[in-house]
Amino acid sequence: MTVDATHRAIEAVWRIESAKVIAHVARLVRDVGLAEELAQDALVAALEHWPVDGLPANAGAWLMTTAKHRALDRLRQDALHARKHEELGHDLDALQAHVVPDFVDALAEASEDDIGDDLLRLVFTACHPVLSTDARVALTLRLLGGLTTDEIARAFLVPEATMAQRIVRAKRTLTEARVPFEVPRAAELPERLASVLAVIYLVFNEGYSATAGDDWMRPALCAEALRLGRVVAGLMPDESEVLGLVAMMEIQASRTAARTDDQGRAVLLMDQDRSRWDPLLIRRGLAALARAEALGGARGPYALQAALAACHARARQAEQTDWAQIVALYDALAQVAKSPIVELNRAVAVGMAFGPAAGLELIDALAADPALANYHWLPSVRGDLLARLGRVEEARAEFERAAGMTRNARERELLMARAHAVATPSSRV
Amino acid sequence: MRFIIIVKATPDSEAGVMPEAPLRAEMAAYHEALVNAGVLLDAAGLQPSAKGWRVRYRGTQAQVIDGPFTEAEGLIAGYTLIQVRTREEAVEWARRCPAPRGRGRDAEIEVRQLFERDGAETGPA
Repeated sequence: MTVDATHRAIEAVWRIESAKVIAHVARLVRDVGLAEELAQDALVAALEHWPVDGLPANAGAWLMTTAKHRALDRLRQDALHARKHEELGHDLDALQAHVVPDFVDALAEASEDDIGDDLLRLVFTACHPVLSTDARVALTLRLLGGLTTDEIARAFLVPEATMAQRIVRAKRTLTEARVPFEVPRAAELPERLASVLAVIYLVFNEGYSATAGDDWMRPALCAEALRLGRVVAGLMPDESEVLGLVAMMEIQASRTAARTDDQGRAVLLMDQDRSRWDPLLIRRGLAALARAEALGGARGPYALQAALAACHARARQAEQTDWAQIVALYDALAQVAKSPIVELNRAVAVGMAFGPAAGLELIDALAADPALANYHWLPSVRGDLLARLGRVEEARAEFERAAGMTRNARERELLMARAHAVATPSSRV
Repeated sequence: MRFIIIVKATPDSEAGVMPEAPLRAEMAAYHEALVNAGVLLDAAGLQPSAKGWRVRYRGTQAQVIDGPFTEAEGLIAGYTLIQVRTREEAVEWARRCPAPRGRGRDAEIEVRQLFERDGAETGPA
């Protein structure tokens, strides 16, 4: 293997193992920032040894053991340091005898199950509410995704130095706030889990909605969010909302190939070539949704959104979409997670299920909502309903208004095309 | 990017003989590790070729030929489909796959990259 190939192989092992190593070391040293540092030391050691000695048969275990030894050394030094302040001249052997056994036990105890528990602790710590949302996202991608600071910076369109600063500050915040490295207790769990799921979904959406950012990193973000969702679903197999989120992401990701045309222009859901949807991801999504429902979680916000995505996934042709069912699901969603966006989507569904006039009535009731004042989908939806009612001039004005509001160039193109089409007799909208 | 790990058929797999318990446990642990890492998309073992068939196209004719088939080289016994970030990650995961006929016995697996549905990664390897 060339040095370059060896480095790439080491990087691959690191990406597979880093979260586990950081998580396990964090349990020993009770500090996520320090744990990452010690895990990085192990990586540096690997980069020194492996190009010379070759990759060890069990590269993951090598990294884990090396990092654990660094942790052990660090704890020993710290204990020594603390004792020196307390009782100068204390016998060193007695000290080590006092300090070491605990760690040896801790090392010996670590089985796969424990690693899973450690990973879950790391998930909850990286998404801790003491951190800002931006910091939670950055730390999750860094500690659990094994993404480099540069990759995270590119994904969120900020300079690398800014992202590095954000990550450093996040780790310091966790240390200063003495955030315990643990899975929250039952009473806290729903709220803390909601934060974890929100972070994962935010990463997915950042990749999926492409409002800004480096095109190369976008599919990587979607894939990483999906992977993280699957990991958490594996760690918490009885949490229906985790499965709901995974189901929603799998189904949304199944449409990736159909969402843009040959020229890279956005294609709306109802216009997509459904033969390009990925049946494997749809099947995985529907299976995850079925498990969420079997756990009694059908009314959870993510499970409901997954069920909505599933309605589209099940329709082989756009005309076969069960819009009445979609309206019912939005009714349920509005009860558990009321928001103007949900209302807007519900109005669209009503427009499809019960005719454009019914939809327009709901849209007009929403028009005054300040939360939607800058939301380009409102005039876009309104334009669509007006066009279907034959009110072409009003429809054109709405599409143009929507085009002026979106920040996404491709969406703007699409909306201008619709404005043009609706105002041109003989062309169908 | 997606890769498929293809396990080749063996006389045992063709005879419908299940692998021994230790190997089954190793395989289960391997797939569990893939699930825990969030990279497993799909996996299945295949029944012997005796239960399958081939369709041979000759000119305008399509002829169905029932198994079993003898060319062990071309036969497969199972597959594992993974989604990873880099080719090197796929190599690392493939390296961790247990030897499909058990430790110490010669065998081979083959790994191939899938074409992506969105047209990415269609260029030369």
